[in-house]
Amino acid sequence: MLSALRDKVGQVLLPGDTFVCQPEDTLSLSASARKDTAVCGPGLRRSGDRVTVCVSGLLRHKAPNVFWIQAHGKRYVPAKGECVIGIVTAKSGDVFKVDVGASELASLSYLSFEGATKRNRPNVQVGDLVYAQFLVANKDMEPELVCIDGAGRANGMGVFGAGGLMVKVSLGLVRRLLAPGSELMADLSGLFPSEMVLGLNGRVWVKSSSLQQTLIITNLLQSCEHLSNEQRRALFLKGQTGGAVTGSRLGLPCVHNCGIFMQKITEYFVLCIGNYGSKIGVLIASFEISI
Amino acid sequence: MKDTPLSNCERDFLLKAIEEKKRLDGRQTYDYRNIKITFGTDYGCCFVDLGKTRVMAQVSCELVAPKETRPNEGVLFFNIELSPMASPAFEQGRQSELSVKLNRQLERCFRNSKCIDTESLCVVSGEKVWQIRVDVHTLNHDGNLMDAASIAAITALCHFRRPDVSIQGEDITVYTPEERDPIPLSIYHMPISSASPSFNRERICCGSM
Repeated sequence: MLSALRDKVGQVLLPGDTFVCQPEDTLSLSASARKDTAVCGPGLRRSGDRVTVCVSGLLRHKAPNVFWIQAHGKRYVPAKGECVIGIVTAKSGDVFKVDVGASELASLSYLSFEGATKRNRPNVQVGDLVYAQFLVANKDMEPELVCIDGAGRANGMGVFGAGGLMVKVSLGLVRRLLAPGSELMADLSGLFPSEMVLGLNGRVWVKSSSLQQTLIITNLLQSCEHLSNEQRRALFLKGQTGGAVTGSRLGLPCVHNCGIFMQKITEYFVLCIGNYGSKIGVLIASFEISI
Repeated sequence: MKDTPLSNCERDFLLKAIEEKKRLDGRQTYDYRNIKITFGTDYGCCFVDLGKTRVMAQVSCELVAPKETRPNEGVLFFNIELSPMASPAFEQGRQSELSVKLNRQLERCFRNSKCIDTESLCVVSGEKVWQIRVDVHTLNHDGNLMDAASIAAITALCHFRRPDVSIQGEDITVYTPEERDPIPLSIYHMPISSASPSFNRERICCGSM
């Protein structure tokens, strides 16, 4: 099965595709872990004797044996250990209810802050932004957040946000920003001096020295979803030198997520092809066709 | 699922931006978002993009008995569907306050303004009239569904062609599009709604397009 998975690395897989376990893949309970077992990451689920794909995307591989599906989406599903930006919606007893953009509200205990005790409560109001990590996140239980790591230190987590702007981007864009050695991140940080908090639930908080600069950074961030590296650098240069940057004035045809998409317009046909993966290439061809 | 709550920092930022007369996506105070209208393959199918807000309108027609109070007028029926595809805050099948408000405004916009000649929709007075049904589906909600819906509805109505009908004595013959060209509806004028938000009693966006 490991070889079957390796063959498909880099290909687009759809939900429902299965990989059947061979007899030699099963381990007895007393055997130690072998080097050639496959570790299934996000998007792959093991059910019985087969591994099924549950999201559509590209199969990625990291040596020696980790496989996962890289998917492009906007709706966040909580996963343990991920750091997200949440909005506090209610205080009920000892617990804050936090909205993370998932189907359920997550709970955050007031004791899960650095230096918090029953007498020394943290200063958290309804409507505040918190950067927290998932302690519990599965489909059977309510998600739980904490603002401290295993050793009890805050490590950058906690309440934040005065003076900045929060925007929502797609999950794939945040992962691209957080990837080590990301060119996108390097270009963005070279724009203006700014502070940024990236939540894996698609929320990005930006604060710069002036309102106008904050607005420019957020607009550029939202528009570089489907741009190639050269287009992005040209756009950032324009934004930095003070040209007006808005989505509608970018001069790019309207690009929709994933897949081949044909839109019939009164005068033009625009054929858009979008790719998944870290190297986003968008091919746009426009023809004039008389109807 | 409920709508995402507004955080304190976003609220403060928005208030500061309004004071400096800046809008979040870089538009000037009185600018409209880009409107793009495209048509589908059928007559009466129309997509409208208002920035990122996207709606689709589909017009269809059917021969029905008229209302007793108006025996020689056709029937206009408007329906706007808020589907969960547009926003996680919409629930399928539930009549939310927003959907009731949008439906009511669509009806007032088109039916009360008498932009469509309903008497031309009559086939046999008192027995058979055309019922024109306009279904508006929201595909993406990024604000201002009302404007997008009204543009989509009136454009779809102008694009629509109804089948040709002929009456010989007691028989009504409805021709297919292959037999006889379908006829457009007779529309007098095009009412379009234009939202104009005000803040602290001061208009921050003008209603002209």
